[in-house]
Amino acid sequence: MNVLDIRIDGMGFWAPGWPHWQAARAGLRGEMQADPLVGKPSPALLGAAERRRAPLPVLLACEIAAQACAQSAYAADSLASVFASTHGDLVITDYMCSTLASAPHELSPIRFHNSVHNAPAGYWTIAAHSHAASTSTSSWHWSFALALFEAAVQAHAEGSPVLLAAYDTESPGPLSEIALAAVNFGVAMVVSAALDGAASLRLEFNSPIQASAALALPDAFAELARSNPIAAQSLPLLAALAAARPHTLQLPAGSNSTLGIEVCA
Amino acid sequence: MPELVDPIFITAHTATSALGRGLADHLEALRESRSGLRENDFTRETLSCAIGRVAGLESLPLPAQYARHECRNNRLAWLGIAADDFLDRARAAIARHGAERVALLVATSTSSIGATEEAYARQSDGRFPDDLRRPEVHTPHSLGLFLEHVLGTRGPCLTTATACSSSAKIFALAERMMRLGLVDAAILAGVDSLCGSVLFGFNSLELVAPEPCRPFDVRRRGISIGEAAGFALLERNAADRSPALIGWGESSDAHHMSTPHPQGLGARLALEGALARAGLAAADVDYINLHGTATPRNDEVEAGVVAAAFDARTRASSTKGWTGHTLGAAGILESVVCLLAMEHGVIPGTLNCEEPDPVCGPQIALRNETADVRIALSNSFGFGGSNCTLAFARGGQS
Repeated sequence: MNVLDIRIDGMGFWAPGWPHWQAARAGLRGEMQADPLVGKPSPALLGAAERRRAPLPVLLACEIAAQACAQSAYAADSLASVFASTHGDLVITDYMCSTLASAPHELSPIRFHNSVHNAPAGYWTIAAHSHAASTSTSSWHWSFALALFEAAVQAHAEGSPVLLAAYDTESPGPLSEIALAAVNFGVAMVVSAALDGAASLRLEFNSPIQASAALALPDAFAELARSNPIAAQSLPLLAALAAARPHTLQLPAGSNSTLGIEVCA
Repeated sequence: MPELVDPIFITAHTATSALGRGLADHLEALRESRSGLRENDFTRETLSCAIGRVAGLESLPLPAQYARHECRNNRLAWLGIAADDFLDRARAAIARHGAERVALLVATSTSSIGATEEAYARQSDGRFPDDLRRPEVHTPHSLGLFLEHVLGTRGPCLTTATACSSSAKIFALAERMMRLGLVDAAILAGVDSLCGSVLFGFNSLELVAPEPCRPFDVRRRGISIGEAAGFALLERNAADRSPALIGWGESSDAHHMSTPHPQGLGARLALEGALARAGLAAADVDYINLHGTATPRNDEVEAGVVAAAFDARTRASSTKGWTGHTLGAAGILESVVCLLAMEHGVIPGTLNCEEPDPVCGPQIALRNETADVRIALSNSFGFGGSNCTLAFARGGQS
């Protein structure tokens, strides 16, 4: 088998001005403007104290994951999950590396355990009471494509739906010119194996298919794509989903690889 | 319960750790009960603890064509991939199957964050020094970028970073991709190297022992951190002699970011998943390489799970006293230990464990034992409640 047909059962989305997929979809169609009041994700799934204390990637990932679950027919605790980020938590990386350079014995234990790449997955599985398998991945500029592929592989191999959540958050300090991310952006999907022909997406690694002409992004989304790696990686697909008509993409998926995606609409 | 899966053959494997380079060094150290741990001489600031350091990395720069990947973690990967002719075998497999049909699945906890730490220490005017202004090493996928460059694979290349379960979980990824026929082979790499983040980070949680770690001992006081590189080549078809991955189980504790579920619920679910996919009963298991970090909580919970699930015939041990806890590389390093145990009929004891915690069952092997090991399990548990158990069968058995 080379082709993975998947159905999208739920979507989650968060970016400044675009607090959910319905808004982003309308925005991508040019039918809606950004909401200037939306500044920070605040997932109701987490308790009030955790919403205050949790690092931004945790808030963002839990918000989009909860949205996608709510839109799907599945209980959050029943879903296996794949989390992906190009850079992980750069605010904590900045804190860790600064503190190690100045006063390593003063490192905060909470910030250390929040520094693992799977911190958002850990908080998510705790909040969702999910004992299902969860993984956390990264693949440089191809993090979204590889995580989507891995979610599709799991959905087919295990015969059960999978939650995918991909996000990147702002980079501070000297990292900001090395690991560029000027805004926060996340997208989530619940995907399942489409065995009955009702596929939303057809994925094939290194597919020979010809890509359609790229869809133009409205200015606000083109700016997001310039300002956040996961936005740049995922918006070509999200624009095609918003357009809701057949479309073919070749997402870069490695140094010499692509992920062919047919949007079946 | 998950369904039975077909075996996937492990046609090449190797490991490099504080015990040495390659399988022979590891077997010899295990047989001689010789630990690779030594007093911390890695951090500039004083931190009194034992570490499992790979000797000589400082004088082994990457070849010039890989200079943009230069960092301690990739040096360790480069040293490790050469052992036991693994690089040549991996390249032969790529030639055999085609670069597009080979996945490159890598695992790490901290990747090359040591390079980012150094860039912060040497920054001026809020900018990284010129020689460290290389985005490729300031990313969790640094190891994947380097190995993709070295190997030229064109199949899926993904970093799994789930803390200390990372390099166990890549075996499950490989099995799924191969079962679906998406690839014909997978090259697995788990590499983690010493850095300030983990040494001072685990120290801040009061989880680092002041002396070499003592897994399952009643007086255990925490972990000793080590570094390692482990590699495995997985193929669907192989000569009869190859050992095989026969099952895996993954789960989430859904309990706490840095302490295990008190009743070991996640560990039990991972174990049950691995046994079900392998079509095994607990009584079929000859040896379990335990996570056994020597933290008070991990060992208490894990020993309880093992005591409840297995009878005394099944032998179990932690090899962290030899290598230290190699974090994201532990899953694949300890899988290699399982393969050595099966091939050579030696069950490693639990080095540094003198007085086992009363919660331990009779399964825990304190000293090395000689045994016919046909089926072995490896446990790996990580922060965030990420659990993975792997099941292996000896070559010629499956």
